[in-house]
Amino acid sequence: MIEIHDVTKYYGRVRALHDVSFDVPQGEVVGLLGPNGSGKTTLMRILTGFFPPTSGQVRVGGLSLSDAPLQVRDQIGYLPENVVLYPDMSVRAFLRFCARVKLGNALERLAEVARVLSQCRLEDVAGRRIGALSKGYRQRVGLAQALLGAPRVLILDEPTVGLDPHQVIEMRALIKGLAGETTVLLSSHILSEVGLTCQRVVIIDKGRIIAQDRPDSLDALVQGTTRTFVRLRAPHAADLTQALRALPGVSEVVPRDGHAAENADTVSAEAAPDDGRAFVLVSRDRSVAREIAQAVVEHGWDLVELRPVTLSLEELFVRLTGESQAA
Amino acid sequence: MKNFWAVVGKELRSYFCSPFIYLLTAVFLLLSGWYFYSDLIFYAQFGFGMNILENFWQLLFTDLRLILLFFIPFMTMRLFAEEKRLGTIELLFTYPMRDGEIFWGKFVACTLATLFMLSFTALYPVIVYTLQPFDWTVVLAGYTGLVLLALSFIACGLFISSLTDNLVVAGSAALGVVLFLWILSWNDGATEEGALRVLAQISTVTHFQGFAQGFIDSKEVTFFLCFVAFFSFLTLRSLETRQWKGRR
Repeated sequence: MIEIHDVTKYYGRVRALHDVSFDVPQGEVVGLLGPNGSGKTTLMRILTGFFPPTSGQVRVGGLSLSDAPLQVRDQIGYLPENVVLYPDMSVRAFLRFCARVKLGNALERLAEVARVLSQCRLEDVAGRRIGALSKGYRQRVGLAQALLGAPRVLILDEPTVGLDPHQVIEMRALIKGLAGETTVLLSSHILSEVGLTCQRVVIIDKGRIIAQDRPDSLDALVQGTTRTFVRLRAPHAADLTQALRALPGVSEVVPRDGHAAENADTVSAEAAPDDGRAFVLVSRDRSVAREIAQAVVEHGWDLVELRPVTLSLEELFVRLTGESQAA
Repeated sequence: MKNFWAVVGKELRSYFCSPFIYLLTAVFLLLSGWYFYSDLIFYAQFGFGMNILENFWQLLFTDLRLILLFFIPFMTMRLFAEEKRLGTIELLFTYPMRDGEIFWGKFVACTLATLFMLSFTALYPVIVYTLQPFDWTVVLAGYTGLVLLALSFIACGLFISSLTDNLVVAGSAALGVVLFLWILSWNDGATEEGALRVLAQISTVTHFQGFAQGFIDSKEVTFFLCFVAFFSFLTLRSLETRQWKGRR
């Protein structure tokens, strides 16, 4: 449905996208994952025809964006990042304007506006000025205009930013409900977010695709090494590192004391110095919490803190880019 | 065509659903009303000649022109600059809609809003007519000139609004340009004769004079239409620049 072939985009001398290629088949939900400034928005703007790529081809529904821009835009619903919309218009007036541009006869427009209002649960605020709405509601108005006319392709730039947890769940359910019929490309910089809604994830960093895979395979990559944070108090502190390293399954022991702890972990930074010593234990495949607990009992240490360390997107990037450099 | 009307509708709504246009019209009418009153008194006291009303109309239309010159930049400044500042321009540019439909929609909406403002001044000739019937064609010529002048100012203001995302810059730069085009041929002695002949042809004042005197000259009409076409062309290119960036 969406075919992106060798797309490169320059802003002046800055290269925002570098030879990006991937396809999104009909009905699939694909997540575009990357840190801020990685080129996600640039790619989405190219797809929606806001500006053309410096080189490369983009086809949506078999039509080339450069040959038939209006027909392509006709098939796309787009939710831009930081939707501000027209603050002085009422929600209904705004959607009517969008419907006039996107749709045909008046009856169809009326029905569609009513449909998206209810789909995005906006009926209660339909008469309110957009400027007076909260961020969450505005985000939903933005989504409502994207859904007008049930486009075959939805492009959503950071759809869950600024929503409260309850609304995030609603948004996810809505996107999942569209899968199958509508092709969705959404961007995010939150790993778990993409994992929950998408069938496939494309990871982009500094304008290049560094990985694309199913979310569970990425999870496996993340869990390939497991890390456990532990804070202990022991009478013979010097032995601690050695004893931990000797535990079965532990491949590495990283001390997290003093300044290192402050930088790496806000929780341990708050702890007083006599709260013992902190370590991060790296292990393969599974958590070593059980082994640590046993060791604590055997040696008679005081256990202050024990928790798994979740791998952040940044660490995943470091790992992925590290691998690609090594290869 | 339907997209064009959608934009016209949206812009008219944003003009007339805010107090801005009413405030602007009130101030416009205050100034033009004062001009009308003082011009009329001036001619009632000193106009002993034969063509008393023709001279009066010429003075009044010249004064109305001056107010339009100061007011139209306020009408045009937000049209593109605000869309850019809010980011809504991204929405418009990704809708199945041509740049031309966006531009002409805004142009027509702004023209209609200006005509709304100007329409109240039609009361002045009506008042004069009840006191002293006169030849309507003179007034019609004056209004034709005013409308053509307004179209030119709108085209110019829209172009400048498309260059920036700052409303103050869009407004003051537009005012600067239309004012400059007016005073180009202000002082004959300040420019040498060859240059003056060229500048006088560019200056909007020279071309408006005939209308104020009661003539509709096709040459002058063509000038204003070309003026509009020129700035429309520039605006459409300015909207297109987003497509040029990053080309190599």
